[in-house]
Amino acid sequence: MGVSPDNAAITVAGLWKIFGTKAQKVLDSEDKHLDPAALREKTGCTAAVRDVSFDVRPGEVFVVMGLSGSGKSTLVRCLTRLIEPSAGEIRIGGEDIGAASPTRLRELRRHRVSMVFQHFGLLPHRKVIDNVAYGLEIQGAARQARHARAAEILSLVGLDGYADAYPDQLSGGMQQRVGLARALAVDPEVMLFDEPFSALDPLIRRDMQAEVIRLHREVGKTMVFITHDLSEALKLGERIAIMRAGSIVQLGTAEELVGAPADDYVADFVRDVPRSHVLTLRWICRDPEPGEPLDGPALPVTTVIKDAVGVAAGSSQPIRAMTDDGALAGVVDRVDLLGFLSGQETGAVRAGT
Amino acid sequence: MSSTVVSTSSGLRLPRWAAPAGVAVLFVAAYVVFRGTGTLPHDKEAPQFLAVTELREWIDDHRNDNPLFLYFLNYIRLFVAWLYDLFQTGLSALGWPGITGVMGALAWLAGGRRIALLALGGVSAFGVLGLWESSVDTLALVAVAVLLSLAIGIPVGVWAGLSVRVRRAITPVLDVMQIMPTFAYLAPLALFFHIGAPAGAIATMIYSIPPAIRITALAVSEVSPTAVEASASLGATRWQTLFKVHLPLARSTIALAINQTIMMALSMVVIANLISAPGLGGDIIRGLSRAQVGIMLPAGVAVVVMAVLLDRMMTAVARRDPHAKRGRTDLLAAGALAAAGLALIPVLPKVWPETLTINVVAEVNDAVRWAEDNWFTVTTWIKDTTSLVLLNPLESLLTSAPWWLVALAVLVVAWRVSGLRPALVALACLLAIALLGVWEHTMQTMTTVAVAVLVALIIGLLLGVAAARSPRWSAVQRPLLDAAQTMPAFVYLLPALALFGTTRFTAIFASVIYAVPPVVRLVEDGLKAVPATVVEAAVSAGSTPGQLLWKVQLPMARRAILLAANQGIVMTLAMVVVGALVGAGALGYDVVTGFSQRTDFGMGFVAGIATVLLGVMLDRITQGADRRPSPRKRKFT
Repeated sequence: MGVSPDNAAITVAGLWKIFGTKAQKVLDSEDKHLDPAALREKTGCTAAVRDVSFDVRPGEVFVVMGLSGSGKSTLVRCLTRLIEPSAGEIRIGGEDIGAASPTRLRELRRHRVSMVFQHFGLLPHRKVIDNVAYGLEIQGAARQARHARAAEILSLVGLDGYADAYPDQLSGGMQQRVGLARALAVDPEVMLFDEPFSALDPLIRRDMQAEVIRLHREVGKTMVFITHDLSEALKLGERIAIMRAGSIVQLGTAEELVGAPADDYVADFVRDVPRSHVLTLRWICRDPEPGEPLDGPALPVTTVIKDAVGVAAGSSQPIRAMTDDGALAGVVDRVDLLGFLSGQETGAVRAGT
Repeated sequence: MSSTVVSTSSGLRLPRWAAPAGVAVLFVAAYVVFRGTGTLPHDKEAPQFLAVTELREWIDDHRNDNPLFLYFLNYIRLFVAWLYDLFQTGLSALGWPGITGVMGALAWLAGGRRIALLALGGVSAFGVLGLWESSVDTLALVAVAVLLSLAIGIPVGVWAGLSVRVRRAITPVLDVMQIMPTFAYLAPLALFFHIGAPAGAIATMIYSIPPAIRITALAVSEVSPTAVEASASLGATRWQTLFKVHLPLARSTIALAINQTIMMALSMVVIANLISAPGLGGDIIRGLSRAQVGIMLPAGVAVVVMAVLLDRMMTAVARRDPHAKRGRTDLLAAGALAAAGLALIPVLPKVWPETLTINVVAEVNDAVRWAEDNWFTVTTWIKDTTSLVLLNPLESLLTSAPWWLVALAVLVVAWRVSGLRPALVALACLLAIALLGVWEHTMQTMTTVAVAVLVALIIGLLLGVAAARSPRWSAVQRPLLDAAQTMPAFVYLLPALALFGTTRFTAIFASVIYAVPPVVRLVEDGLKAVPATVVEAAVSAGSTPGQLLWKVQLPMARRAILLAANQGIVMTLAMVVVGALVGAGALGYDVVTGFSQRTDFGMGFVAGIATVLLGVMLDRITQGADRRPSPRKRKFT
């Protein structure tokens, strides 16, 4: 399925956000193409998002990943104008967000897009159930209706029995489940996640990532997920945009980023990723040599390399990598696999010491 | 010859103290040469004073035909008067059974049984002291002033908390309002709002509104930005976010703002008696001006009881666990108390029965006389030594130096400590004082303030350091400081008056006890704020406790200590001026005279303005603490 503005859930085109009193002037001049440090030196303005464009497919998990200060949190806030963008076009479900009136924008935030925050943003003076029901409350839903809905969502995120607790009585992971439930309660089309798990312990983080994957499978929302953690990005993202200094330096699937980094920056980022866990046979299969036997085990070309190792161990014949429609994409034998793995091993050893 | 050792390429290098010392020598030389010239002696009949007195005459004549008064100021006065009458008659109608019951019920709701008992005891104490009626008047006046302060202060505070621009606009105004000595705006208020309860309520309101605004703004601006953002991201309107996020989250801090407002109001209603505001202030001011501790002690005790009672109630509200629900028993008990009080209104007399009062005027006066007689040698020695060693030389120095030399000194010192802009403001204030014709009295007041601040700082530093180093000492000291900061300012004049009679020293003594608690607290907090890792590093490097203090903790707490000096000066000035009632003389005396003698109104008015200018000047000289972290930082960046 191709992405085009017509069927995309979110379309962003030429988005800019420049902080500072002279933002508009910078935008109109050529200064905007200066690198951020030079721009700040010259004008006192900070360019947080620079000419960013992308589309998000309906039902997709789209990850924006970058280090702190790369503009990713500003970007996600521009989507619903929690931060007012300086220039560019944003469409959610076809609707022009930039042109929306305050009332229209509020409607959009109430019903169609909701957000989960890094530091949870729970209201400490309200019980968990009232936190979850907050979005419905400001829409004017009756108390009974919103509590019923909130209770339903609480059990969806695994917080049965905590309805009457207060946020400060819960652990961090549970608090973020409340945040998640609050965002889900209004039944939005799109969910935005701003580094939701970076304040949590590693083990809890892993649980929560699994939780998001599960929820995505169950409720099928379009998700935009911001993170600075590469492994989180690779785990969750169907497509990943890597941001640096306000711009997207590469946008693609995990496999594309690891297999064909666009520049040294991305390459440096993905260097420690165990490539055999991400890359598929597509990256190492080759045309069969003349006389090579073609009766070895067949695997889909989308098989991850590490999964092919076991198969190769069980058969001396080269593995046949097959495309979706049953054609032969190429073959991979033990030598190819060992060569690939050893290349990767040296890389891992170097980085690991 | 050690000077030959200088090896830097930039040539001769002077030690760091050389420049200040050189400047000091220059000033001394200039003083010796020009001494006695360019002084500005006090003239009771100065044209500036006469002009203001005439203005007052004119306003008094036209109070009822000038449009500004007729259509604006008089309406404000009438409204406030109406509000006061409402409270006063309401409280009087409740009578003592009603008030006791209702206060008890409110206290129970606020903080449970213990606070309720305190309320019952406290309210009864007003009656026992024989001050029921003045207490009710004071309560009504405080209620009006606090209500007005909150009605204006909380919305403004919320606005300032939400908008950085508004905060920036009102902060300087609040700064000036807070350093203004209480005395200073009584005369202008009397000019515009006449005298009596409404003028008193408005004066009290002006004094008590800054904390309402400031603390509310702080509370609102400190609300977690993520919670606010989360609310906005769910499509809440600004009002929804305000009422569902900002205000609930700021609730307990706003309760503290209300508490602070009440405390400020309580200390001001007393002084407002100078412009004929009713209540306990009458007894206190009368006692102060006649130097009769016996008259003022019961009233002072009543005000302190009122302060402690209201403070405990509000603190209980602020500290209450927001998740805990009030139990049924609490509601029932409070309801029963209120009902009992109200039911007893027709049965019991409205005014506290005479037979149940205790009159202690004579006994207290006797005790004070005994103390004066027996401690005479000690107190006189302290008084005379301070006067001889510190007060008199400094005063003659300041009054005999040419005005321009003093101005120059202020400019140089302020520039060095706080930077150019504050220095220029300080200079402008000083020049304005000279133009107003109250130079000599200002210099005398400044002498008193300087000595009091010096003593307060020394004591404050010692106690603060002790508290920071010994948790046990701190634990003993904290509750005392808490209590001291709850007390209305003038209360400190009581022991001072009992010990030293009506002299300049009484004001110094009172202002020292008044200013020491905040100084101690700032110093202690400053020292304790030094990061534990830094202390650990210093200790692991083998520092002795003394080295730790001198080389690590005190330098790092420099900001807090300068802030303490700044606070100390502002508080001391306020107290020294009030001290005029017990013989501090100078500016404060002019102000008091202005109230009592119609012909001297102008002088009092001008002296009030001069105290404000003096306050601003002293604040600017020392405010470097707030703005600049360290003088060395600026040199190297």
